[in-house]
Amino acid sequence: MSIFSCALPLTTTETVLLGHGSGGKLSADLLRSIFLPALTNPVLERMDDQAVVEVAGIRVAFTTDSFVVNPLFFPGGDIGSLAVYGTVNDLVMGGARPLFLSAAFIIEEGLPLETLRRVVASMQSAAAAAGVQVVTGDTKVVEKGGADSLFINTSGLGVLRDGISLSADQARPGDSVIISGSIGDHGIAVMAQREGLEFETTISSDSAPLHTLVESMLSATTEIRCMRDPTRGGVSSTCNEIAARSGVGIELIERNLPVKEQVRGACEMLGLDPLYVANEGKLVAIVAPEVAQDLVCVMRGHPLGREAQIIGRVTGDNPGLVTLRSNIGTARIVDMLSGDQLPRIC
Amino acid sequence: MKYLDEYRDEHIVRALAARIHERVTRPWVLMEICGGQTHTIMRYGIDELLPKEVELVHGPGCPVCVTPVETVDKAIALALRSDTILVSYGDMLRVPGSEADLFRAKAAGGDVRLAYSPMEAVKIARANPGKKVVFLAIGFETTAPANAMAVYQAKREGLKNFFLLASHVLVPPAIRLLLTSPHNRVQGFIAPGHVCTVMGYREYERLSNDFHVPIVVGGFEPVDLLEAIRMLVTQLEAGEARVENEYVRSVSAEGNVAAQKIMLEVFTVTDQKWRGIGAIPMSGLKLSEAYAAFDADRVFGTDQISREEPKECISALVLQGLKKPFECSAFAVRCTPEHPLGAPMVSAEGACAAFYQYRRHSVAAHAGEPA
Repeated sequence: MSIFSCALPLTTTETVLLGHGSGGKLSADLLRSIFLPALTNPVLERMDDQAVVEVAGIRVAFTTDSFVVNPLFFPGGDIGSLAVYGTVNDLVMGGARPLFLSAAFIIEEGLPLETLRRVVASMQSAAAAAGVQVVTGDTKVVEKGGADSLFINTSGLGVLRDGISLSADQARPGDSVIISGSIGDHGIAVMAQREGLEFETTISSDSAPLHTLVESMLSATTEIRCMRDPTRGGVSSTCNEIAARSGVGIELIERNLPVKEQVRGACEMLGLDPLYVANEGKLVAIVAPEVAQDLVCVMRGHPLGREAQIIGRVTGDNPGLVTLRSNIGTARIVDMLSGDQLPRIC
Repeated sequence: MKYLDEYRDEHIVRALAARIHERVTRPWVLMEICGGQTHTIMRYGIDELLPKEVELVHGPGCPVCVTPVETVDKAIALALRSDTILVSYGDMLRVPGSEADLFRAKAAGGDVRLAYSPMEAVKIARANPGKKVVFLAIGFETTAPANAMAVYQAKREGLKNFFLLASHVLVPPAIRLLLTSPHNRVQGFIAPGHVCTVMGYREYERLSNDFHVPIVVGGFEPVDLLEAIRMLVTQLEAGEARVENEYVRSVSAEGNVAAQKIMLEVFTVTDQKWRGIGAIPMSGLKLSEAYAAFDADRVFGTDQISREEPKECISALVLQGLKKPFECSAFAVRCTPEHPLGAPMVSAEGACAAFYQYRRHSVAAHAGEPA
């Protein structure tokens, strides 16, 4: 084997890396280079969290998501409720009323039945809370080592309200950026559980269905351009996607970002930035500036929007770029995550 | 957050910046040694708050960046053996070796695991008696005591399957090298607060005397860095050169004596290669004879692996403060965090990655300024 004399750029990889699943740049690469060229069509090309298709004159929202969280149970949730809420929220972000879910289980041989019972019971109450029915499903069991205890895939079907068209390509300069509450709770809750980190108070996942919050928002105004739930890759990835799709810049205001004290502490310790940490019960909305303040008031009247905030604005400068105005008045880029967010060592 | 928000306070930051503006009469070139400090400067835009006379250059204090290519290649070779588990800090996984990185070794079937502390690697060794567990021990004087402790603990327990692939570097010899270089431009240093927490600052007093250069031990928050810069500028304007300690809440003159003791027990000082800079005499640590049985290099024969450093990447100039990252023609074009040409683009603490991540939108403006 030849030895190169320079640390060559690793421009191509012939194997899938963990970073390809991080929701950041590598994931986008995979989409662009493998999936889109082969499967392309106008609906897929919109690359929203849900596909909107018309069936017999009815606009239907359709989405799918797989859940591989480790550990299966964590403060504030578990893989079962997550699998329901995650898919429900993807439908809701498109302005759809969620109706039906499918659930497919990939189970590793040796999983205690009691674990499965607990997960399914959690799905049952989550489905009730989100007002959806699980109407079809599938079970596969793989040999020990073929999967990590339990993976769940859910797909969801919903119906779009009349006159609603939300998409990540509709942000315009001047628009306001709203977050529905504190950021980073879910990622830190799971990470703390996984790494055995203990804090004075337990950090709970924010995992929750957002259908009623969105219902109240859509009833309050027609000036919402787009909504996204900032899951994998956090608020940063969501804002970067919107900035890229709409060809605009987004400026976030550090002072306005709601971050729980414990989450900030954990992030400081682990060398993470809350902007990149996953949420499972939050939404980012891009709205017309003149309705932003009133909409925030409406959101604060809902239990899942109590800490809603305007966290930034859409600009015409730096198209495709997200920047942050820091507390000391300087500006920096909030880049899309490249690979997994890794802990620093010193 | 208590003890943190005070050091990011807008009013204190502005007041300190104003005092630096008042004090400066001439151009000064200052270097922050530590990558953590570089990261804070870029993230908070500290340099934007400074008068144009004060130029910051970014030093070689990113442990991931200065780890030689051959160490990465050794780690990959060890990870790909069927009888080993390679344990590493997360930052090292994406660092390009001569042909691949540890992420790719992991994808190719190597058992590579992430750890926050070397003691986790000891735990893995205990739990996997049939495997040889190698901890990739890199870093400055900050990480050396914990790595030493892991080896010390393994020896006490009689663990026979725990090894250290050590590539430790020491700060003072690197500063000495920079100061003796005929190309040196740096007139004052911000010494690394975490390293000095362990080592104290006596060694820096010798450097300050030998080269008549002011050195201020600095912390990692915006207020820390601005205060350290203010102290340096004050000394320089007055023609003084001594060691001062800005990071008093963490650093004492003698440092952490217990940590130094365990380092000396387990390691000895040795010549060491630095990526981008080359070999620096007596600037690294290796396991001492008494702990030779834990030295992966000796046990697995990886000390035979040797690699040339990159030719194309200008990291040598960047790490010595002779070039800014954006002065490299590959910067943000052919060299990005996804496809790094050299190590300073890999780690969040590397000067190139910090520039890329936080400031590339303003690089065009910087590039127009005279160097």
